[in-house]
Amino acid sequence: MSLQTSRVAPIIGRATAVAFMLVAIASAANGADIPLDQRRSGYLDLGRDSKAMQDDDTINPATLWVQDGEALWNQKAGAANRACADCHQDATVSMKGVAARYPAFSAARNGPVNLEQRINLCRSEHQQAQPFAYESRELLALTAYVGRQSRGMAIAPPDDDRLAPFVEAGRKLFNRRIGQIDMSCAQCHDDNWGKKLAGSLIPQAQPTGYPIYRLEWQSLGSLQRRLRNCMTGLRAEAYEYGAPENVNLELFLMWRARGLQLETPAVRP
Amino acid sequence: MARPLINVPAKVKRGQVFEIKTLISHIMETGFRFTTTGDKIPRDIVTTFSCSYNGEEIFRADLYPAISANPFFDFFTVATESGTLDFKWTGDNGFAESATAKIVVE
Repeated sequence: MSLQTSRVAPIIGRATAVAFMLVAIASAANGADIPLDQRRSGYLDLGRDSKAMQDDDTINPATLWVQDGEALWNQKAGAANRACADCHQDATVSMKGVAARYPAFSAARNGPVNLEQRINLCRSEHQQAQPFAYESRELLALTAYVGRQSRGMAIAPPDDDRLAPFVEAGRKLFNRRIGQIDMSCAQCHDDNWGKKLAGSLIPQAQPTGYPIYRLEWQSLGSLQRRLRNCMTGLRAEAYEYGAPENVNLELFLMWRARGLQLETPAVRP
Repeated sequence: MARPLINVPAKVKRGQVFEIKTLISHIMETGFRFTTTGDKIPRDIVTTFSCSYNGEEIFRADLYPAISANPFFDFFTVATESGTLDFKWTGDNGFAESATAKIVVE
């Protein structure tokens, strides 16, 4: 796998990795999960303006996607000529709490599916339409619209034994060193959250508000886009959109954030 | 594409200063970027925004490539008469969008 490029990392990459490792070793909580009561949403570390942007729907640019999502929800599509609303009726009722329990187990796929994949499964199976491309405006819009219905609810991963091995697989990925920088997600987000990496605060990586409007992207983006960002930053080859590894990571992250409030669609720098 | 978001109070007192907030969906492509194959991505931005209150222009802005995607405007005016606020955006490639909001002055 290309993610093991660390084996051929150039000297400079090694040196950086060693420097980072020293930081990681200096941390007392090395390798341990964040205690439940110390977990915090990235929202708490936002500046005043960014908080205001997230809190007011008429300022939050993600609302533009939510509106598109609402239109798509009611729009007939595919050979079946059905809209989401024809089966699920009013999303404000039927979709309440759904985003809080995804990714969920799909018997058909014999594994977890995230919200984006669930929407596309509905499209291909029930609407008989082309699935939306990952990260397309349409898929982000529908995901944001569905996610919006669970805002303020606690993240509640399903109590499903069939998911356990996939959560474990996600945890392994989270703790596995990758890329030329040769670091794991956990070394930053479990061991050194709250400290600085260059000028930026290291957050806990709690996925409380996806899809998020990220100011850096000037657009809405999915959790997998964010995960791929971090992997690229570690100079690893990022897993493809929708790859099982990314879904397992999502599943683990949502389990890790269980009980925290969903903020979808959130704003982040 | 999403409709512009307009936020004005439904009712204001005569003479009161009130806030108007607008947000529109637009990519604001600068024209300074290139694709991976070296082709220039053509400029595609909103170039003007204006707001009129009962036909009288009260706010106008010219936009340039450095303005971020989904431009947001927040400005104030004085409540004179009940009526409508008309918002207009124009831009590259014939982009034109408009919106109206009603306001009641007591």
